[in-house]
Amino acid sequence: MNFLETEDVVKQYANHLALNKVSIQVPEGKIFGLLGPNGAGKTTLIRIINRITAPDSGLVRFNGRESQPEDIYQIGYLPEERGLYKKMKVGEQAIYLAQLKGLSYQEARTRLTHWFEKFDIMPWWNKKLEELSKGMQQKVQFIITIIHEPALLIFDEPFSGFDPVNAERLKQEILELKEKGHTIIFSTHNMASVEEICDNIALINKSQVVLAGNVAEVRNRFRNNTFTLRISSEHALDEQPGIFTLLAEKEQSGIRELHIRKAEGISNSTLLATLSEQAEILSFAEELPSMNDIFINTVSGTNTIQA
Amino acid sequence: MSKIGLIIKREYLRRVSKKSFILLTLLTPFLFAALVFVPLWLSTIKGDEVRNVAIIDATGKYASLFENTESFHFVDSNKTLDEYRKDGDKEIFAFLNITGDLLENPKAATLYSEKQVPAELSRLVNQTLGQQIEDDKLASFNIPNLKEIIQESKIKFNIQTIKWGEDGQESASSATVASVIGMVFTFIIYMFIMMYGAMVMQGVMEEKTNRIIEIMISSVRPFDLMMGKIIGIGFVGLTQVFLWGIITSILVGVGGFMFGGGADVAALQADPSMGMMGADALDASSGNEIMSIVNSINIAEIDISFIIYFIGGYMLYASIFAAIGSAVDSQEDTQQFMVPVTIFMVFALYAGIYSMENPDGPLAFWCSMIPFTSPIVMMVRIPFEIPLWEKLLSVALLYACAIGIVWLSAKIYRVGILMYGKKPSIKEMVKWIKYK
Repeated sequence: MNFLETEDVVKQYANHLALNKVSIQVPEGKIFGLLGPNGAGKTTLIRIINRITAPDSGLVRFNGRESQPEDIYQIGYLPEERGLYKKMKVGEQAIYLAQLKGLSYQEARTRLTHWFEKFDIMPWWNKKLEELSKGMQQKVQFIITIIHEPALLIFDEPFSGFDPVNAERLKQEILELKEKGHTIIFSTHNMASVEEICDNIALINKSQVVLAGNVAEVRNRFRNNTFTLRISSEHALDEQPGIFTLLAEKEQSGIRELHIRKAEGISNSTLLATLSEQAEILSFAEELPSMNDIFINTVSGTNTIQA
Repeated sequence: MSKIGLIIKREYLRRVSKKSFILLTLLTPFLFAALVFVPLWLSTIKGDEVRNVAIIDATGKYASLFENTESFHFVDSNKTLDEYRKDGDKEIFAFLNITGDLLENPKAATLYSEKQVPAELSRLVNQTLGQQIEDDKLASFNIPNLKEIIQESKIKFNIQTIKWGEDGQESASSATVASVIGMVFTFIIYMFIMMYGAMVMQGVMEEKTNRIIEIMISSVRPFDLMMGKIIGIGFVGLTQVFLWGIITSILVGVGGFMFGGGADVAALQADPSMGMMGADALDASSGNEIMSIVNSINIAEIDISFIIYFIGGYMLYASIFAAIGSAVDSQEDTQQFMVPVTIFMVFALYAGIYSMENPDGPLAFWCSMIPFTSPIVMMVRIPFEIPLWEKLLSVALLYACAIGIVWLSAKIYRVGILMYGKKPSIKEMVKWIKYK
């Protein structure tokens, strides 16, 4: 079931169309990657979901019904541009923001204490925010985003500003939140992390959704019959037009690694049979395109992989 | 607690717990009291040095008139001025040279000194000699008891103004006292609207440039956020006015008690020119008159009006300031919007000052009806007991306009706080109002 849907959302600013009939489906309890180059309209879409701005036309459905003003308490939003009150004490500020999200003072305090201890920032509770390092500020901001345990979490570039150790820790937290049943929208440019944690994606380019679906399925859709083949280096491999073509090859410590493309309409068994006649096969694997390649190719509009 | 309540609470507590706020609130009344009392106190301090003044009197009839004071000793001298100038007597501070009868030749007396002659000394000399010349002149008319006749003809006159109340009751009124009270409240309103309006603008800009705004408005409505800020800061302003009122009353009470008894009288004695003025004030009967005039002005009505106009005027201007703060990215960009607002405020202040001259004139009337000037101008007029319908109409117009401006500002605010990177024009802001 889809936890959140947008249907033909249109948003027009003074002199440009920010969103052109954008429809996305975010399944419940999954991590949804909202991808796209800068200025594609991701932030506008997120703001519409958050009810910060209203769409010119189109619908946002929350749990199957049209989104209501109260739904914002079901959302935790971590904006790309981070910001908190610099002069305010960290703990006081976190309690204030949690209260604005509908928690009572006591509840906010208990939960914040738990999270601050988990992230090792309890000693900074009574410090002003500006005294904290950037990474610690990010932690505070992350805690504030999830403190009211909303059904939907929206993270815009959550890993920016984190060192690799803390980024990994954050990734684990996000996966844990998914385990607990939260639905997560994840907007990022970091395609490696998309492959690792996202279940579904939508790629927005020039105000429109150009690609959407399950990550594995999308990668499958972009498979282009290329294979990595490792054979022992005493053998050579000749191209056989009609069956396969050779894209690249390199040799290292007695192993020859080849990239080949299978011709249309040939089954893997036929290919393997042809290959095994010529050489001793050490390994044979299909190359699935990375999300990075898919992103670049879709956005730049020249789909070289499929060509 | 409701969202807007939380925001009001935070804005209020954050500001009143600042050290700068506490210091400013506590110290400003002392500063004002100091401005009043320190000069008074300083004037009571005399130089402990006694200066000698030599009187070289050719006629011999004036020298005996001078009596020694705390600061000056007068010495009847036999030497001539030239001898003094040659010998250079360091003991003598000044020389009063009288060469002839002053009634015949008023220029026959001259005061010499190597230093600047203090005003106190020249005043003392003028007074002593002037009195003698006057007496001599009167005596020269050869009319018996002339001095007493003239003394009797000097009648102190000061018209008493009485205001007829609706119920036919008479009450003593004073335009001067009413004007002073009106001006004080006008200045306070002007100052507070400017100060706290600017504070609202700063606060809005802080949230925008901090980028916390996106988190905030994903939890609360932009309108609640704006109003919470305006109301919270408004309470800070009221708190400050309230505390200043209390502290000032205490200081005036204590100061009046301490200085009123001893120092004032001493100051008045030491300074004859002030004594002349002071004599009126110290007159028991006129003291009662002042009290009755102050009592005739309805302090409670003025206080209530002040609060009503303060809130209305503050809401009106603070929401404009909030809209400006939301539209700009940096302090420099506020200038183009601040100028028209400031011009309005300054115009209102001047209209208020001129309205004091004629509190029922057309300028005063219209400016106390126009919502942008009424909070400032009306405070000048209130002590003059203007008709009730004027007050009601003015308040109704002010609040209707304030609500309208709040509504418009909220529309600009909602769009402005999320707009970065461009400097908006007024035209563009009007366009924002129409956004959905």
